[in-house]
Amino acid sequence: MAAQRAARTKDEVDHPSSPVLHFGPDKPLKLDAGTLLSPFQIAYQTYGSLNDARSNAILVCHALTGDQHVANTNPVTGKPGWWEVLIGPGKIIDTNRFFVICSNVVGGCLGSTGPASTNPATGKPYGLDLPIITIRDMVRAQAMLIDHFGIEKLFCVLGGSMGGMQVLEWAASYPERVFSALPIATGARHSSQNIAFHEVGRQAVMADPDWHGGKYLDFGKRPEKGLAVARMAAHITYLSEAALHRKFGRNLQDREALTFGFDADFQIESYLRHQGMTFVDRFDANSYLYLTRAMDYFDLAADHGGRLADAFAGTKTRFCLVSFTSDWLFPTEESRSIVHALNAAGASVSFVEIETDRGHDAFLLDEPELFAAINGFIASAARARGLSL
Amino acid sequence: MSVNRAQRVDLEVVTDLIPANSRVLDVGSGDGVLLELLQETKQVDGRGLELSQRGVNECVARGLSVIQGDADTDLKFYADKGFDFVVLSQTLQATRNPKIVLDELLRIGNRAIVSFPNFGHWRVRFSLLIKGRMPVTRDLPYSWYDTPNIHFCTIRDFVNLCEELGATVEKATALDANGQKIGLSMPWWFWNFFGQQAVFLLRR
Repeated sequence: MAAQRAARTKDEVDHPSSPVLHFGPDKPLKLDAGTLLSPFQIAYQTYGSLNDARSNAILVCHALTGDQHVANTNPVTGKPGWWEVLIGPGKIIDTNRFFVICSNVVGGCLGSTGPASTNPATGKPYGLDLPIITIRDMVRAQAMLIDHFGIEKLFCVLGGSMGGMQVLEWAASYPERVFSALPIATGARHSSQNIAFHEVGRQAVMADPDWHGGKYLDFGKRPEKGLAVARMAAHITYLSEAALHRKFGRNLQDREALTFGFDADFQIESYLRHQGMTFVDRFDANSYLYLTRAMDYFDLAADHGGRLADAFAGTKTRFCLVSFTSDWLFPTEESRSIVHALNAAGASVSFVEIETDRGHDAFLLDEPELFAAINGFIASAARARGLSL
Repeated sequence: MSVNRAQRVDLEVVTDLIPANSRVLDVGSGDGVLLELLQETKQVDGRGLELSQRGVNECVARGLSVIQGDADTDLKFYADKGFDFVVLSQTLQATRNPKIVLDELLRIGNRAIVSFPNFGHWRVRFSLLIKGRMPVTRDLPYSWYDTPNIHFCTIRDFVNLCEELGATVEKATALDANGQKIGLSMPWWFWNFFGQQAVFLLRR
């Protein structure tokens, strides 16, 4: 099973099962690192159909370990799309009404160019030869994809966590191309604590001897142990103390008493080990390094002279921000500071904080209040955009 | 806050003061009843600031542009003259610092509209004078120990505050206990005695 999943993940890197858009030497991707990425490719999924006015397109931006398979069965894991609770025919984001696009980010490992992709110059995987990718680079690549569809203005750009960072970047970089923006459980910059957690994860990957200085694929190896530890540490930050305690408490795993050893005595240990193990089958370790780095580097205010409001000066985009009370990765204060900046810029903004103990990952779950907010925001934006119901 | 008949009239008075297609900020937007009324009847570009998260979530679910925030602390984040009208409806008496809040309203809006319950109303005076008790009326239903209304004022007090802040009263309306407008020909003392609520249109 695990080996099969790992093999499928490998197949998806250069030849994904979703549609792919190739950009040749005539269309390089300009990177913040100061170089050009060329050639490169973007793997994407679409749902529904684009209307004649090309005004009903919604771009969904995925989070750190997400992918383009937002509303279809995932080709690697066989599980439902990661936001199928929200997106699909008759769902809150109704694919009978909207044309939904989701693409794998550049730097990812499910078909868009990333460190596991074959470097055409060498015929081998890029590994660490891939330049550092930023959130803005990801968005620039998505804009090229949107150009390909002939879409001038997206009806909505939405996403959570790293996806929310892309939403903010879209609104700041292409204000005239974003009618409405829905950044969820995110921030305009990565906090010191978040960089710290990411660094722990990266060090775990790089400490694994199977990492081979990033060239593990050349050796037919993968730093599974290191990546699993990185995932375990990160996974804790996606939950909350209250949710962990509610779910696992100090319950023991398949045993009556402590074993006085280092087995997974507690359910929480067993759960985290499982999370770590299943993750390494579907994700490339170097991609994890690149994407965590992209989040660390994100600081929208710094890109605009240190004043966040200037990132949104004169914007006509309608915003709705959502945070969760128990999210300690992107606490409500992060969203609130974005709201204050948008207020100062005179932007149209709604802001909802949702009471839940499910932590950061609440944005991926069935949260009725989240859905009510998204529904209200999308419906009123659709009226303003003149999209029929 | 429950919206009774008289309060509905105050919303109508507020709505009448706002021309179509204005940019409006409703401070203390509650469940969004005024914003919705303004959008339907005046096609305004409306925004709301509301203290209670429940009220905010309801507003956003109904498609209104509302954020959670506190009039006492969060008005400073709005740009100067960012709105044609800033409305503070039945909220002034619940703020910690009404003077600063009113000053902020006049900074953010070209015009400010403020409505509040008049503590100079005869029923209030009667309760204190004759019964010796803090007034509990239909429109002010709280006991002194659990009221959110910590800064009551009379119409006269409010006019004084406006003068202190250099605000010009462009229009004022007092509503009696039945929600009827009190005649413009009546003197201030009459308004202050029989007006249960007041609505002021201000500019600076």
